[in-house]
Amino acid sequence: MNELISNILIGIGLAFSFFGCLGLIRLPDIYNRLQSATKCVTLGACCILLSLVIRYGFNDIGIKALIAIPILFFTSTSGAHALLKGSHISGFKMWEKSVTDHYSDDTLGKEEETTEKT
Amino acid sequence: MMEWIDFSFWFLIALTALCLLRVILGPTVADRVVAIDIMGIIVVGICVLLAIRTGRSFLIDIGIAWIILSFIGTLTMAKYLERRKLNE
Amino acid sequence: MRAINVLIYFLICFATWLLLTHNLGWQNLVAGSVISLLTTLVFSRYFNFDVTKMINPVRWFWMIIYIIYFIWQCVKANFDVAYRVLHPAMPIKPGIVRVNLTLQGSLARTILANSITMTPGTIAVDIIDDILYVHWIYVRYLDHDRYAYRISGKFERILKKIFE
Repeated sequence: MNELISNILIGIGLAFSFFGCLGLIRLPDIYNRLQSATKCVTLGACCILLSLVIRYGFNDIGIKALIAIPILFFTSTSGAHALLKGSHISGFKMWEKSVTDHYSDDTLGKEEETTEKT
Repeated sequence: MMEWIDFSFWFLIALTALCLLRVILGPTVADRVVAIDIMGIIVVGICVLLAIRTGRSFLIDIGIAWIILSFIGTLTMAKYLERRKLNE
Repeated sequence: MRAINVLIYFLICFATWLLLTHNLGWQNLVAGSVISLLTTLVFSRYFNFDVTKMINPVRWFWMIIYIIYFIWQCVKANFDVAYRVLHPAMPIKPGIVRVNLTLQGSLARTILANSITMTPGTIAVDIIDDILYVHWIYVRYLDHDRYAYRISGKFERILKKIFE
């Protein structure tokens, strides 16, 4: 029974990872790619870790996998945020059909001031 | 049911090939960095599948170390894209 | 108050070490305590959070509710991404919007930004003063009150009950 549940969880993890990589290929610009890929691939890896916990129970290997889940969540979300901010400051264009961009509306004037000073 | 785990192992390796396709195609630097970051998370999944297959616990340690190293690399590339120094 | 903080961070580090190594020999205990002490002494000045607030059990109850709600939103987000990727016409309408924050404290704001990254269609870009910038994959409304309630309303209400 445990083995069946863990196999189903591995299947769910594979499907989510596949959707994330498909989004990485199909979506038009870096911001949308980062969004789909981070969400889907992180949850896919978490599903595979959970399947290991269910298959082996709470011994040494299962507890290690349980500790790895929050580490994976926090590092992947913080990394995505840092990469998004860095690429926006570096000046990569958004997709041409984007609706609004309040961030560059608010920060563009300040950046010009700092570059003039330096 | 070891065949299913073998199949999912090869499936994840095919997904890393998709990420490498984005590394080759990507028009800008940031796209390539994103693809490498996502590939790190998929490699963690491969490590966990190997741990399920063999039942050894040190493979999870390799996975955790891989998560942290990939995070440090991503932060360094983000600092580089912001055009700031590393000690700010 | 600072001594209590350092003690609790030391205990958290030591428990994590014991769970990761899974070994109770005396050599392992000595090595773990030395490493936890070094880590605590170097890094504890970066955490200025009042730990004594966490004794109250009501906050733990709201934290469990927050985790359950977060997992539900996370699963919903994945099906949302799958729908947008598999649809042949790709129904996306991206944009960056600003959301006013009423939450105080750096730890609470970090958890809020990380949660917004994992919820359907949104990812946090930056926080300047009291404004959070969010990249949204399908901008439904341009009216601030409606999208702010949709993006961060419930998270902010539960986090206020946990941290204030």
